[in-house]
Amino acid sequence: MSASMSAVGLDVQALRRDFPSLDQQVHDKPLAYLDNAASAQTPLPVIDAIRDHYLRDRSNVHRGVHELSQRATNAYEKARVKVQRFLNAPSYEEIIWTRGTTEGVNLVASSWGRANVRAGDEVLISALEHHSNIVPWQMLCQQSGATLRVIPMNQAGELLQDEYERLLTERTKLVAVNHVSNALGTINPVREMIAKAHAVGAVVLIDGAQAIPHMAVDVRALDADFYAFSGHKIFGPTGIGALYGKKALLEAMPPYQGGGDMIASVTFEKTIYNDLPYKFEAGTPNIADAIGLGAAVDYVQKIGMDAIAAYEAELLSYATEKVAAIDGVRLIGTARHKASVLSFEVVGVHPHDVGTILDREGVAVRAGHHCAQPVMEFYGVAATTRASFAFYNTREEIDQLVGAIGKVKELFG
Amino acid sequence: MSDLRDLYQDLIVDHSKNPRNFREMPDANRCADGFNPLCGDKLRLYLKIDDEGVIRDASFKGSGCAISTASASMMTGMIKNQSIERARDLFDTFHQLVTRPHEELDPNEAGIGLGKMAVFAGVNEFPARVKCATLAWHTLKNALEDKQEAAHTE
Repeated sequence: MSASMSAVGLDVQALRRDFPSLDQQVHDKPLAYLDNAASAQTPLPVIDAIRDHYLRDRSNVHRGVHELSQRATNAYEKARVKVQRFLNAPSYEEIIWTRGTTEGVNLVASSWGRANVRAGDEVLISALEHHSNIVPWQMLCQQSGATLRVIPMNQAGELLQDEYERLLTERTKLVAVNHVSNALGTINPVREMIAKAHAVGAVVLIDGAQAIPHMAVDVRALDADFYAFSGHKIFGPTGIGALYGKKALLEAMPPYQGGGDMIASVTFEKTIYNDLPYKFEAGTPNIADAIGLGAAVDYVQKIGMDAIAAYEAELLSYATEKVAAIDGVRLIGTARHKASVLSFEVVGVHPHDVGTILDREGVAVRAGHHCAQPVMEFYGVAATTRASFAFYNTREEIDQLVGAIGKVKELFG
Repeated sequence: MSDLRDLYQDLIVDHSKNPRNFREMPDANRCADGFNPLCGDKLRLYLKIDDEGVIRDASFKGSGCAISTASASMMTGMIKNQSIERARDLFDTFHQLVTRPHEELDPNEAGIGLGKMAVFAGVNEFPARVKCATLAWHTLKNALEDKQEAAHTE
């Protein structure tokens, strides 16, 4: 085994060369980028794909008869097929481009929700959700008179499955949960949760934002009705994401926004909507970034999602052991099944002070409530410090994190 | 480490660990809330202002980082027995000290009148933390103006 090879066979040093942004000094220290759950870095093949589009094929899609528009349309639709295959979705028609996970959730809440949720119905979310998988459902419940219910969790940050079963009734119209918690890293047993929801006739939306860069996702095996994710979490550009939805559901749903591209014909009396997926894609889309996301999907598939998951599991267990061993540090979120997130508290020091000190030591982490204030409230903290990993992170970077936490204790000792 | 020490000076660390004037004030006649939605820093400022417009007592409660806690702790000590006008002047001086690039400030005037609070000059080099240092001060401004809504520094 060469020095740069991990035990599970990823040549991390070689992969890091695809990410020039990782190779820099901040505050005269080598950068340890451990804020991947907020946004991951972008590899050269993704940057090249976007650049190629702008350098050669820049034009609008689905409109022109000219060569550039043809090329742009081909690349854009090819990217959709890449995402479809990556998720193992049955058809490209079930992949809708969005701005990100947030827009995917809002699309379902607005379109499916308004058509299907009535007063007296219930929408079930979990105690682990990001604000983007809370607020759209609150808005829907306010508008429709439905009731929002919340699956509780235990101290480790695991959803209570028996409580979940108790909350599922024939009143439950929709269940919305994340696949992996952004604040704690808990991997939820979504396959089992989906089966239970289907047993009472509920539809399930999975917020896949934090799962997608870390594990193979198969929407057919999960039997998910909707699965939303963001490009920038999976080494793609910001401002692009995708929503998978089962064809039968999408076909029955009204459009989300009106405009160009989502129509088959328009008169002042009547508009015929376009076929899937275009019915949900009004206006000129984010063409270059969709192509970039396609390239990002290619990139991680070349490495292999299982190899990524195995390497990151090893890295997380190393980090957990090292950070937990520091006197005066409390881990927040200790679920048995976790992915790539280590949230912690340096007892007596506010996370923003921890974040500032770590930054000066070259370590980029997130300090805050992680857009999951109910999770923070559950643990009785205003915020946590969160280190989050990608396959390009190393044990040396975790050692740098541990050293930087030592500085925090030195300053506040 | 040296630049971190510029920010986390002993005095700031001390005030953050043992905040002064950290109590509710049941007989306060001015009260205002400060809140940073992104940080989650929260504080409530209490003032007792007499008929002459002099701040006779000041205290605060809340939770926040070392910078915002130390700032509130030192500020409440500093504005006691000062007139409302003087407190407003101090707000301006403090605000300039932590937000304006140091090279733009006249070294003979920067931070004048702030006394020990001039240790917050180091915050200037940490743009992400300016909002922490100024939260208590913006809350003070609202309290002096008797504004009902919470002060924000985001």
